[in-house]
Amino acid sequence: MSHERPMRRRLRGFLARLTPAAPVVLVALAALVAPAAPAALVALVALGAAGCGSDGTNTSAAANDRSTTAPGPGTLSGDLQVFAAASLTDAFTELGKAFEAEHPKVTVTFDFAASSALAQQIDEGAPADVFAPADEASMKRVTERGNASDPRIIARNRLAILVEKGNPKGITGLADLAEPGVVLALCAPAVPCGRLADAALEKAGVRVEPASLEENVKAVVAKVTLGEADAGIVYATDVKAAGGKAEGVGIGIAGDPSLEAVYPIAVTKQARNAAAARAWIEFVRSGEGQKTLAKFGFLSP
Amino acid sequence: MRRRARPPIVAVCIGGVAATFFLLPLVGLARRAPWSSLLSDLTDPAARTALRLSLICSLWATVVAVGAGLPLAWVLARVEFPGRRLVRALVLVPLVLPPVVGGVALLLAFGRRGLLGQYLDRWFGITLPFTTAGAVVAEAFVAMPFLVVTAEAAFRGTDRRYEDAARTLGAKRWTVFRRVTLPSTWPALAAGAVLAWARALGEFGATITFAGNTPGRTTTIPLQVYLLLESGRLDGAIALSLVLLGVSVAVLALLRERWVGAL
Repeated sequence: MSHERPMRRRLRGFLARLTPAAPVVLVALAALVAPAAPAALVALVALGAAGCGSDGTNTSAAANDRSTTAPGPGTLSGDLQVFAAASLTDAFTELGKAFEAEHPKVTVTFDFAASSALAQQIDEGAPADVFAPADEASMKRVTERGNASDPRIIARNRLAILVEKGNPKGITGLADLAEPGVVLALCAPAVPCGRLADAALEKAGVRVEPASLEENVKAVVAKVTLGEADAGIVYATDVKAAGGKAEGVGIGIAGDPSLEAVYPIAVTKQARNAAAARAWIEFVRSGEGQKTLAKFGFLSP
Repeated sequence: MRRRARPPIVAVCIGGVAATFFLLPLVGLARRAPWSSLLSDLTDPAARTALRLSLICSLWATVVAVGAGLPLAWVLARVEFPGRRLVRALVLVPLVLPPVVGGVALLLAFGRRGLLGQYLDRWFGITLPFTTAGAVVAEAFVAMPFLVVTAEAAFRGTDRRYEDAARTLGAKRWTVFRRVTLPSTWPALAAGAVLAWARALGEFGATITFAGNTPGRTTTIPLQVYLLLESGRLDGAIALSLVLLGVSVAVLALLRERWVGAL
């Protein structure tokens, strides 16, 4: 039974999204091409499906949410869709396993990407329950359009310079990134790590010519670990995640909160599993959640 | 009176849904298009740079595809050699490979630490990633198969007897190719080149993975569209998307004799 429910919900969700357009199309087509009897049948079937689909999901999802406002362990169920910044990949994956162990009927699925891309997708109606970007700007964009509310800060992250193993170019700080012959990869200004890197470079008074403006922070890590770039500005957590494949160098501007990434988290407005979403946020903010985040190099909020 | 049997209703309905599936995204794009600010979105400096760069890269990629792909297609069509089927299958790899994977593969081959790239770097000081040449390489990689496949089919489809006759009359191989093979196959070759160009123009995954994203050097239209979307500038993204859509429609119109008309 515990296997059947998410399946059915998923199917109904699929139908609900499909059906607003389907009957119109089918009826139009049927009217155009067919003799009366089969056309009417097709139209009826289509409308019938639309009817079942839409009342099915909405009411059941709503009922589900209300019935579980105070979740104890084991009372939550269903799918939980978490849209999170690429830099949270490792920490959230581990937290996801722990959460599922605590709530066996919940299946957590993640979508890790650039925060700005996720914000865009949520505003376009992507089925996220939780949104956890790597900056307050992306969160603000979503909350301002009413697609999420009441964000909480779960972690902070410091910038670091990622260099090749053994640091062959002898990079010791931001100033060295401006040296000719240093191939530098940064995040694009459209994503949080790019904006922070730009701010840090400006603060340090360093003008650089990046070879590439990558689309998310993990792409910068890839370019450095593959040896295509000599250095990249990433997060401290990425240096930790790169393990022995690359090395980290501090940016030399410590303790400046304006140069730290802030990680807000919120339940989305269209969350289909709001109860599990709230439980997830509580879990991440709990002692255990914070311990896991710290293990991956995040600073406490 | 009725010449044709009544079309099967189920197939027509499902077919109609499938056709709508193709149509709706285009309608959606056109409906959200910022028609009033279209001109300013397209003449925005970043957009203009991307447009110019895309044109340059895709044309160079087409030159590479034709220059290297035509001889390959001819050899595949005319020369018997062991492993020919294997080579033919190899040509098809970029067609089915996800472009991002293609980009990673290109990095591992032509990157600074790559199989061949390390020697390019060490001996000639050439590095392809993060350069316009790298973007051309990425585009040529995904576009060349279109040219090779089309050209090989065209070469195979010609009547060998004309070529043989020209040879017996004393023409050199190159003359035969230029005066006999080429005139009889050029429409197909041109179609292949146009297809390859269109594919190169739309290339995203291999380019951003292999060549990175540097404005003015590797930020082609598809990359710019993606970055505009990420920074929430939907209007600019749609304006550039419309350019690519327009090109696709133009290519279809140009090649309609070969596909649409051939039905």
